[in-house]
Order: sequence, then structure tokens, then C-alpha cells
Amino acid sequence: MAELLEKISAVDRISNIFDANQTMVGEGLPAWVNQARTPALQAFQKMGIPSFRTENYKYSDLTRLFENENFRRSFKPDLFDVDLAEVFSCDVPEFDTHLILVANGWYDEKSTNSELFPKGVIIKSLRKAMLENADLVEAYYGKLAKSNEDPLTAINTIFAQDGVFIYIPDNVQITKPLQIINILRSEDDLFVTQRNMIIAGKNSQAKIMLCDHTLTSQQFINSNITEVKIGEDAVVDIYSIQNQHNKTASFSGIYVSQDKGSTLSTNAMTLHGGIIRNNLKISLDGEHASASISGLALTDKNQHVDNYTSIEHLKPNCVSNQLYKNILDDSSTGAFTGRIHVSPYATKTAAYQRNNNVLLTDAAKMNTKPQLVIDNDDVKCSHGATVGRINDEALFYLQARGINEKEARLMLMFAFAHEVLAEVKIDKLRDVIDELVNKRLRGEVSLCHSCALDCIR
Amino acid sequence: MLVIKDLYAKVEGKDILKGINLTVNAGEVHAIMGPNGSGKSTLANVLAGHTNFEVTHGTATFNGKDIFEMSADVRAKEGLFLSFQYPVEIPGVSMVNFLKTAVNEHRKYRNQKELSAGDFLKLMREKKEMVQIDSQLTNRSVNEGFSGGEKKKNEIFQMAMLEPTLAILDETDSGLDIDALRIVSNGVNMLKNKNNATILVTHYQRLLDYIVPDFVHVLYEGRIVKSAGKELAIELEEKGYDWIKKEVEG
Repeated sequence: MAELLEKISAVDRISNIFDANQTMVGEGLPAWVNQARTPALQAFQKMGIPSFRTENYKYSDLTRLFENENFRRSFKPDLFDVDLAEVFSCDVPEFDTHLILVANGWYDEKSTNSELFPKGVIIKSLRKAMLENADLVEAYYGKLAKSNEDPLTAINTIFAQDGVFIYIPDNVQITKPLQIINILRSEDDLFVTQRNMIIAGKNSQAKIMLCDHTLTSQQFINSNITEVKIGEDAVVDIYSIQNQHNKTASFSGIYVSQDKGSTLSTNAMTLHGGIIRNNLKISLDGEHASASISGLALTDKNQHVDNYTSIEHLKPNCVSNQLYKNILDDSSTGAFTGRIHVSPYATKTAAYQRNNNVLLTDAAKMNTKPQLVIDNDDVKCSHGATVGRINDEALFYLQARGINEKEARLMLMFAFAHEVLAEVKIDKLRDVIDELVNKRLRGEVSLCHSCALDCIR
Repeated sequence: MLVIKDLYAKVEGKDILKGINLTVNAGEVHAIMGPNGSGKSTLANVLAGHTNFEVTHGTATFNGKDIFEMSADVRAKEGLFLSFQYPVEIPGVSMVNFLKTAVNEHRKYRNQKELSAGDFLKLMREKKEMVQIDSQLTNRSVNEGFSGGEKKKNEIFQMAMLEPTLAILDETDSGLDIDALRIVSNGVNMLKNKNNATILVTHYQRLLDYIVPDFVHVLYEGRIVKSAGKELAIELEEKGYDWIKKEVEG
């Protein structure tokens, strides 16, 4: 009985955690960062934990997850006995990246060699940038990822302390990809908050990879929000590889604002993870901006992957192109919601969206929902969604040529997935991901206690 | 080589084959003709191992082995080849990868070493020339965006690559213009030798001007109702199928 009485709501518990740790959370950070926490908390209390009643979370009810968690919070950096850079030395031939390590949401200074970064480029802990580059950070912090629009963004803003800050000055092109590796490692169940910001100046170029991993088998909840500002004519690629174990709940939000003539490519590759929700919001806020957005999720067991995209066409002559695919095995579930809004001013908009899914079992389930809001006559828009099975006729065709059923199925699944991989523009990375997907489909990439990119060794 | 005895099969609960008897020996070409819906394609698919078709009675042995005990891929590796009436498009699976896998699966089955990439490409070049397939086609996904004629030529090209002992050509001629028909027939004739056999499933006599059969069988309502030499095909072309129907029903 006593236990029942003591049980409090997840909203109250999260509020209490903030109240009790407010000083520690805000310590050493400028006032404008800490001042954002209280309105975020109020917004969160108003919206509550996302459930099937929450407008944009219809297919991902997180009530149970949040009600049952009483995880430790990483309000201070955890000390590790190993050199993380050593663990993650990526020796894929010809795949050379600038490595940035984040452990339990904290930027890992000692593993990141900032001397090797190109001149003028700022890559540092977001925490440091909030103090040293306040003018840059303050201009966008909380402006792209708005706490009052999304409960998970609100939770992130309440507790945000650190993450990665990347600033690429005007006219600087970084050729080597920047690889941010997010590591979760803990002896007890852990709730991690990470906040990042990427600012790409006018006519700059960068390719950024986000790799998510778990190093220990504890349960994790990982809230990871990235705000991205892409300047005029800049070209930015963001690739993410999610390969966390299945006791992890991962909530990522990427919020982008694009200026005139800029180009963005994103690719979200989900290999492993328990409950995954990826929010991607892109505002095309300058003429002739274009965004190419893609994602692939390969799920099995009881995994749940929910991709939510929201594309705001605010100015004329912009293009957005979306392609998301899922292959769902066992009892796994998936969801895709693709919202496209074309504003009255965004004439000559071209917005395309496609979501194709393959269910391998009767128990697997996929929900897909296009949401087009078009306040303009002068647009080209299309959307299409399919949920199907492996094509039996194609399977028989391959078998009739001597290819056994298992191999034939793999060939067809790989072919289905490959269309998404073709969107990855870094040749070597595409090859690596190709191989990873191949192995994942064969069940060979299970829990990889290491960088996913090391799996092909 | 192939011995079919009293074969019955159904598809979606409907009896299609009702007692087929057929023996095919090495070096022979058999034509199976018949009106639409007589069961010609069903017979071809049953032999190749399509799971939509259920064998309810009878036997079929291929080189002495019971083919109904083998999955479709094993039948293929034993040397049975079906040229599809409607080859399916498989986007994303490249012709090269598909053929390389198929050829090497055959080789593994025969305990031969897998072909190296170089040897495979050489083999592919040779066979392409032999069957006169447009070399661009092998740079694409399997059958994707191929014209009707290209799909049929691609079937014959695959046959050349896999060198089956028994080829079943299901309506390979339908929808082909005269040039494509000539190329396809040339390919089949070139691949023919005293150790292999061919079954031509066709509605029209036209194909048999190019590939001359040793035997012509007429399939009607799930049974072979008439067998003769190549002259039967000419008779069918002139008189149609009605006289056969009358003969059977009368």
C-alpha cells in the first residue's frame, strides 16, 4: 500500500529531479542558458509525457518507459578508466575522419584532438562555447528546437549541460568528415541529456556523422538534440548511425534552418536500439534551398523505431525530397510521419516524400502517415507510402536460377535497402554502411560494443 | 532425362493438370502446344518448383531423382531451367551480382571452385556475344525497365550462363517481333546439343519454324491429348485447335 501511495507521476518526478538538482545543472553556465530551463519545465508540465494522445506521438507511447524509470542522471561527467579515443580508433582503410567523442552526453576533451581541425573552424564542448562564443550560441539556442512545441525538446532544454559545438566560418570547406561518436557507458541505469549546435557559415561545406553506441548493457534513456543553422549557399551533410543495444531508448531531435541556396542531405540509419524516436524538422527559410532527407531502419525482436519529419517550406523555389524505408522482422514496430507544410509565400515549391516498408512476419507492424498542408497553388508535391512483403515472384525467380531461399531473401532485402544507401554521398562511408546493412540483415551485427564502423574489420 | 507419370496439380484449389504423362530424353526437343488455359504454363511452373502450384498426384523424375523432393533452387542446380513467360523486374539487384551469385551457386553445388571476378566477367562477355544481348543490359537491375523483347533475350542469356540440361521455355515467343524471335531462337539452337533437352511451351507454330521440334504434344484440359512429329504443329496452325477439342470431346 505504501508503495502505491508513494508512486508519483513521471512529470512530477522529472520536475522534482530538476528542483533538487537545479544548482548542479546550472553551475558554470551563463544565465541565458539557465533562464531557458524554467519555461521549458512549464511547457513540459503542460504537454506531459508523450503518449498516444499527444498529437505527434500517436505511434510512440512513452508513458510506460518514463513511469518505470528512476535512472541516475549524468549531471557531472563520469570518469572513465579507459582512453575512449583508443577504444574507438577507427582504422577502416581510407576512411579518415575528424573524431569527436561524447561520453554520457559530455564532450570528451582528452579524446578529441582539436589541433587537427581546419583553421578557423571551432569545434568544442557546447558548454565552453556557451561561455566563450556566447554571441554565436545564444543567437540560435532554443530558437530552432523550441521547448513549447515538443515535450522531448522541453526535457532536453530543462537538463541540457553539454554536447558538441561546431562552427564553420564563411567560405571554409572541410573535406574530411567530422565524426561525432556518442558513447553510453555506465554501471547503473542512466538518463543522458546531450545538446549540440552546428553553425555552417555562408558558402561553407561540411559532412558530419553522428554515431550512437552503448558500451555497457545497462538501460539508457538518451535525449539528444542538435540545432543546425545552414548559411547561404552552404552544403551540409548529416549522417547518423544508430547502433545502441535494445535496452536503450533514444530520442533524437535535429532542428535545421536553411538559408538561401543552401543544400542539406541527411541520412538516418538505424541498426539497433530499443525504442527510437527521431524528430527531424527542417525550415527552408531562403529561396532555392534544398533538402534531401532519407532514413533506413532494420528492426527485429521488440524494437520500435519512429521517424517523424517536418519540412517547412517558407520561401519560394525550394526543394525537399524524402525517402524513408523500414524492414521489420519479428514483433518489431515502426512508424513514419512525414509532415510537409508549404506556406502561402513558398511558390514554386517542389516537395516529395516516399515511405516504403517491408514486413517480414505477421507480428511486425508499421504505421505510416503523410501529412501535407499546402497553402499555395503553385507547387509540385507528391507522397507515397507502401507496406508490403517480400515479392514472392521475385523470390521464385531468384530461386529458379539456383539461389537458395535464404540468400534470395537477403538479396531482395538488400536491394530494397540499397536505394536509401545510394543517398549517402561519401563513397567510402556508403561502402561501409552497405556492408553494415548486409551484415545486419544476415544477423551478424548484433550488439556491437564498439563503433559500428569497426564491425567490418 | 525427364519422366512425368500421371501428374495432377492444382492452383488455388482448382485442378489444372489432370494426368500428364511425358518422357523427354537427352538430345530431344519437345513442343507443348494447346489452347489458352489448357495448363501449359502450369506444367512449366510445377516442374520449376513454384509454390503456388500444388501437386496432388503422380511423379516426375529428373535424371532418376524425384524433383518434387527438391526446392526450386536445387532443381535449378540439378540442371533444370525455366525461361519465364513474364520475367519479373527486380529493382536494386544488379544483373552482374545476380548472375554471379547464380553461377557460383551452381558451381558450389557441383563442388567446383567459385569463379573469380575476372573469370566471371570473361564468361559473361562470351555468352553475351553468343546470344547477342545488348551489353548495356547487364549494367542494370534484373529486368528493370527492359522491353518485352529484352526480357526474353535476357532469359536466353541466363540460360547460356547456366548451361542447363533441361530448358523449359514458357511462351518465349509471345510478344516478340520477328528480329527478336530470330535472335532468341538462334540462342536456343546454339545451346542445343546431344546431352541436353528443350521443352518449348507455345501457343503458336511460328517459333517452331526456327526451333524444329522432334515431338509435338497438344495439351488440352490438363492432359496431353495428342502427340506426333513436327507436322502436327503445321496442322494446328492451319486448322486451329477446334478439331482436337472435337476429337477429344467426341
